Amino acid sequence: MSRRKDRKDSRGSSKTKTRNTEPAHTVGSGTTDTTTQTAEPDPYAATSRETTEGRVYTVTGGDWDGMLDDWRHDERIVVNMGPQHPSTHGVLRLVLELEGEVVTQARSVIGYLHTGIEKNCEYRTWTQGVTFVTRADYLSPLFNEAAYCLATEKLLGITVPRRAQVIRVLLMELNRIGSHLVAIATGGMELGALTGMTAGFREREEVLHLLEFLTGLRMNHAFIRPGGVAQDLPDGYDAKIRDFMKVMDSRLPDYDKLLTGQPIWKDRLRNVAYLPLDGCLQLGVTGPILRSAGLEWDLRKVQPYCGYEEYDFEVPTSTDADAYARYVLRLEEIHQSLKIVGQCLGKLEPGRVMVDDPKIAWPAQLTIGSDGMGNSLEHVRKIMGQSMEALIHHFKLVTEGFAVPPGQVYVAVESPRGELGAHLVSDGGTRPLRVHMRDPSFVNLQSMPAMCEGGLVADVIAAVASIDPVMGGVDR
Amino acid sequence: MTTMATTSDSSDNNSDNKDLTPGRTSSAEMTSAEQAEHEARGGVVAGRARQGMFGVQGWGDTSGYGGLVLPAYVPPAAQRPYGNGFDELTDELLAAMRERDVPAAAIQQITVDRGEITYYVQRDHLVALCRTLRDDPALRFELCSSVSGVDYGTEVPQRLHVTYHLTSMTYRRRIRLEVAVDVDDAHVPSVVEVYPTADWHERETWDMFGVVFDGHPALTRILMPDDWDGFPQRKDYPLGGIPVEYKGAEIPPPDQRRAYS
Repeated sequence: MSRRKDRKDSRGSSKTKTRNTEPAHTVGSGTTDTTTQTAEPDPYAATSRETTEGRVYTVTGGDWDGMLDDWRHDERIVVNMGPQHPSTHGVLRLVLELEGEVVTQARSVIGYLHTGIEKNCEYRTWTQGVTFVTRADYLSPLFNEAAYCLATEKLLGITVPRRAQVIRVLLMELNRIGSHLVAIATGGMELGALTGMTAGFREREEVLHLLEFLTGLRMNHAFIRPGGVAQDLPDGYDAKIRDFMKVMDSRLPDYDKLLTGQPIWKDRLRNVAYLPLDGCLQLGVTGPILRSAGLEWDLRKVQPYCGYEEYDFEVPTSTDADAYARYVLRLEEIHQSLKIVGQCLGKLEPGRVMVDDPKIAWPAQLTIGSDGMGNSLEHVRKIMGQSMEALIHHFKLVTEGFAVPPGQVYVAVESPRGELGAHLVSDGGTRPLRVHMRDPSFVNLQSMPAMCEGGLVADVIAAVASIDPVMGGVDR
Repeated sequence: MTTMATTSDSSDNNSDNKDLTPGRTSSAEMTSAEQAEHEARGGVVAGRARQGMFGVQGWGDTSGYGGLVLPAYVPPAAQRPYGNGFDELTDELLAAMRERDVPAAAIQQITVDRGEITYYVQRDHLVALCRTLRDDPALRFELCSSVSGVDYGTEVPQRLHVTYHLTSMTYRRRIRLEVAVDVDDAHVPSVVEVYPTADWHERETWDMFGVVFDGHPALTRILMPDDWDGFPQRKDYPLGGIPVEYKGAEIPPPDQRRAYS
């Protein structure tokens, strides 16, 4: 046997490469020598040639039984899943080494969605950076913004007004609901529970509609800014949010009816993708996966930020450490987030939504103009016609940005997937020297082999769905 | 430390002022004695020197501020008491290091800034230090939150820094370890044997900054394609311009545009 065992780096594994380049059916490095089985030359007989990667057989037509007989039991095949497979959660590529139905080795290949967000931030002002980081983990944009802005504010040494803090919590929790709904929906789709998918995306649409009403955009809001939030909530936000909560309260029990107690769903998820607590800690896994292993670790509770200590909510945990437990936890976290959203409404008192520091806060009050965005004409007239100084100041603040004292900070928030950290370094300029997003998807995805190896290939799908990686965050 | 500062006379200060050219590592407030002490600690520099007031380079100086020179930022060494529980933490760490025969010199400098503590560490003792931090019952940094790199720019000595953010779930605190290396000798021992989660972090840092983590099980590119040349997040990595179809004009790369930082 000349099996290749060095598959540490699975990107461009030699076998898959060989397959792609050969016009005919080619199998890598088998052991059978079928050419000796026939007496006269068979035009369809398998030929073989030596390559630097080992012997390569070319099989054209004929029967496969002769080939299959020998290596059915001990030959491993390498299956390349993705990066466009609908069950891999975006452009994730999995390279699986299978022995029959059993996965013997699994590697994930990432980088297909690398967009250089961190590098880009180094050539923008601190405020513009928000627009970039919000696109990293595109299912939880408000968490990216919040982590980045909290870190920037820590560098600046400012605290945002209370109303802005409550708005941030409100938006983050709405975002968490949306993100968990997508996790359940895509997970359901990947496992064939298509009604779970339609239901999940239907409810997520409610979240996106609400976020569009509140921030102006469905995704990539860039609404949380260093110093506060871009603008105050629009009129009638209270009624809208309460309507949304009513809708969610009426629809969430459907998930229990549809999935939680469903025998097929349970069979597919129970005891699958098992990862106990010590494995989680070693692999740096946080979020619902860690809590499914029994550790009540939620940064909102253990290192509160944005005033989370004032809110009354539970951190659900489980000790089953399997995919089903993670599903149940996500569902329960949606309920808890709704509870926090309700409390936010009670805490929203009138006040500023941006820090009262003209060196940081834009002098313009962003109101909706006739074109649907930006400054109102009235305001533009005022600063253009009356206050040249304000205009100059605004211009400087927008183009040049504000300087941030040198130093570095690391601020972490609890995103739907775990610890989302922002490591920002300033050298005293108006642009970050370094922006690093510690994205939970990136770290959690490392646990895929630990969950999948030794299991069935069908369970890989369930495992990846239970990790819920978002490739925008993994690759940044 | 304070006595050194007070004894330094005016001539000392004058000689310092002469040194404040761009690229120098000294901080504006540093006397030569402090400078020597700083160099002895490893001379950590975390920033670049600035010139002028408006960050604009290569243009005619119409403001008159072009001669202004701001030295590179040097993170100050913290003086006890550090506050925030960092004194006890550092005492525990030093005691645990003695127990495990890790020399105290492994920690070059301690900086407390904005409520966060940074230990600047010699790379030779990094793995032993991490093991101590993870295993000692009084420290228990079970979780390695993040490993990443920082490039402080071409003029800075030891410009590549690798930062480790460790979290103690037991005691609910965070620390940062930082290792500074030269770009020509960008080798740092891998901590994967202590924190397996560092695997991908270190691969990303190699991919983006070209820091070689010795002892890493498979240090390959992770985000960029395998055959990529160069390390994209280094400050001297060439950036592309955007060809615009208007009278042959081309937008210069972001690092060559007029900037105000």
